[in-house]
Amino acid sequence: MSSDAMAIQTAETSGQPWVQRLHEWVTTVDHKRLGILYILLALLFLVIGGIEATVMRIQLMWPHNDFVSPRVFNRMFTMHGTTMIFFVAMPILFGFANYLVPLMIGARDMAFPRLNAFSFWLSAFGGLLLYFSFVGGNGLYGAGTAPDVGWWAYAPLTSRAFSPGHSSDYWTIALIVSGFGSMGTAINIIATIISMRCPGMTLGRMPLFAWLNLTMAGMVFLVIGPLTAAQLMLCVDRYLGGHFFDTQAGGSATLWMHFFWIFGHPEVYVLVIPAFAFLSEIIPVFSRKPIFGYPVMVGATMCIGFVSMSVWAHHMFTIGMNSYANSFFAITTMVVGIPTGIKIFNWLGTMWGGRILLKTPMLFCIGFLFQFLLAGLTGIMLSAAPFNWQLSGSYFVVAHFHYVIVGGILFALFGAFYYWYPKMTGRMLNETLGKLHFWLFLIGFHLCFDLMHIPGLLGMPRRIYTYEPGRGWETLNFLVTIGAFVQGIAILVFVANLIISYFKGAKAGNDPWDAWTLEWSVSSPPPAYNFASVPTVASRRPLWDLKHPEDPDSRYE
Amino acid sequence: MSAITTPLPQTPVAWKLPYRGRVGMTCLIFAESAIFTIFVVAYLFYVGKSLSGPTPGEVLETPIFFTICLLSSSLTIHLAGKFLERGRRGAFLLLWLFTIVLGALFLYGTGKEWYRLIYEHGLTISTNLFGTTYYSLVGLHATHVTAGLVMLSIVFLFGLAGRVGPEQSARVDVLSLYWHFVDAVWVVVFTVVYVLGR
Repeated sequence: MSSDAMAIQTAETSGQPWVQRLHEWVTTVDHKRLGILYILLALLFLVIGGIEATVMRIQLMWPHNDFVSPRVFNRMFTMHGTTMIFFVAMPILFGFANYLVPLMIGARDMAFPRLNAFSFWLSAFGGLLLYFSFVGGNGLYGAGTAPDVGWWAYAPLTSRAFSPGHSSDYWTIALIVSGFGSMGTAINIIATIISMRCPGMTLGRMPLFAWLNLTMAGMVFLVIGPLTAAQLMLCVDRYLGGHFFDTQAGGSATLWMHFFWIFGHPEVYVLVIPAFAFLSEIIPVFSRKPIFGYPVMVGATMCIGFVSMSVWAHHMFTIGMNSYANSFFAITTMVVGIPTGIKIFNWLGTMWGGRILLKTPMLFCIGFLFQFLLAGLTGIMLSAAPFNWQLSGSYFVVAHFHYVIVGGILFALFGAFYYWYPKMTGRMLNETLGKLHFWLFLIGFHLCFDLMHIPGLLGMPRRIYTYEPGRGWETLNFLVTIGAFVQGIAILVFVANLIISYFKGAKAGNDPWDAWTLEWSVSSPPPAYNFASVPTVASRRPLWDLKHPEDPDSRYE
Repeated sequence: MSAITTPLPQTPVAWKLPYRGRVGMTCLIFAESAIFTIFVVAYLFYVGKSLSGPTPGEVLETPIFFTICLLSSSLTIHLAGKFLERGRRGAFLLLWLFTIVLGALFLYGTGKEWYRLIYEHGLTISTNLFGTTYYSLVGLHATHVTAGLVMLSIVFLFGLAGRVGPEQSARVDVLSLYWHFVDAVWVVVFTVVYVLGR
């Protein structure tokens, strides 16, 4: 019967002319379609941001290379950072949250479907605005330029004297616009989780995915709010002649740093907590065991959420704060390692003694565990203020945060793609291509980012467009670039897999992984109304209860 | 179609969750508070750091009357909501209009103060750090008052058309939550700008 329903649905959509189908997608308020739009938007920007990274790596392949000019190089690293954080990581995680949260908690849609659509289009147009700077950054005369002030845009680089034209304003306004989009989605996620749960879905029975996204959404307010405020101040400075960050008139460049990093550091946790959410769903299913230490996981997540709000100035050790501030921020930064460590042990505890299935989603999750641990360890190294004085602003830092974002978040995201793609499209992703993607990406990642630590330790500063030969950086930089190319090829395999499997993949059925959360109880892809009748749950694993009526979880919880 | 329905137990349970509008507005208030906090921090950080005059002590006058207007509008909107809940539409509309008038009076007060500062004391947003932080913070708040007034007026027009009844009471409450927030922010802004900042 479920395949009948699917056939009806595909017949409905494929019979219409494409203009009408496009119109339906543009005007949709369905959380599943918006989720997919978010993900597609992010994938588009992932390719663009990836090309920018490749341009930088080609430039740094050899000393005295002149593949691009220094000015273009500055634009590339600014656009790469801004794109990857605001228009890849945030939308893709929002996309998954949008798609999955209502399904997991047994809701018909998000709490505010139209706000949801509005938020998505704000993000999309924010991205468009950022890239329009390539054309319109200089105004109507001459060729345009993209912003080149770095993704954290320290004052006074953003003042009129050093950033003429409108390139920085495109950056500012793009972030304000997409920031309002992020807040809208965060409001939606929280309201959905608090007010739209199906009967029986108490907070203690929610899938961890919902808990972690709830925490993430709560953090978005405290993160995007300050960023928006700081960007508004920058607008006042640049357009109305204000003096917030104008040191000539008594303003403070340090204040911008504080405001930016009050956003910037917790932002990392806004991105990594949804990655934790993916792991907390995938690892139990592929270990055939319920998650180990559910309440502790929730507690540790909240703890990360709170502590991460008080660590921002570890990005600023080198500006010369007093020793109390240095000690405070060093200690709080190290403290974040404790709840994070609890989570890693809980995932290991889930795997321990389980019947582990090494399917592609699980491979990416295991990769995450190793790499995120290593990224955390270099993080602890950098949290020690004296060590940080040596290596701040070097390639060691670049390697560290790419280890978090690529080795951690991106790996978890790939796992999520392989795990939920069958639900979203009704087709399985190809396992062989998936394993090829995993191994290629793993090799490319380690070649690129393991080795990148070393030029940093040897003193190579970040954001330089070229370097002198004879400092021992040449071979390493060359290999790092090769690693970047291998990752690029792996991404091509992934994209090919997404496209081929969409047309030729094996039919998934409702529940290809024998999983336990509510989204697997509906057809793949789910019908527009999600659940024909509102489900009722009695435990954390409603589908386990259903499949094993003789031994339901509800008996033990 | 039966297979795509969820064949999960359908036992009825007592199930009441908070109203989503209230939750959403609470979240918005959190986000807005973060924005205001940053502006307040900037204001306090730059108190007394202007390199040239005029200074707050020289030019600011405490707007007591207009503050009373805004704060009492919190009371009128609360009472309006209560009347709506009990189905007394006439009293609701009257108090709602009263809220709008009080809010508009406050906005007029801000405008008057700005006019005085600009034309009598030559203080603009680009004059010095005080001007920059003062106009930004007070202006941000005034923007919120304006947005609130627009929403209040829309409800008022719907009310005149007879479309606002007790069944909309929960939605009207969401708007009054926002209005209370705008008032609460003014308490903070007032304290920072007119008490601590001088």
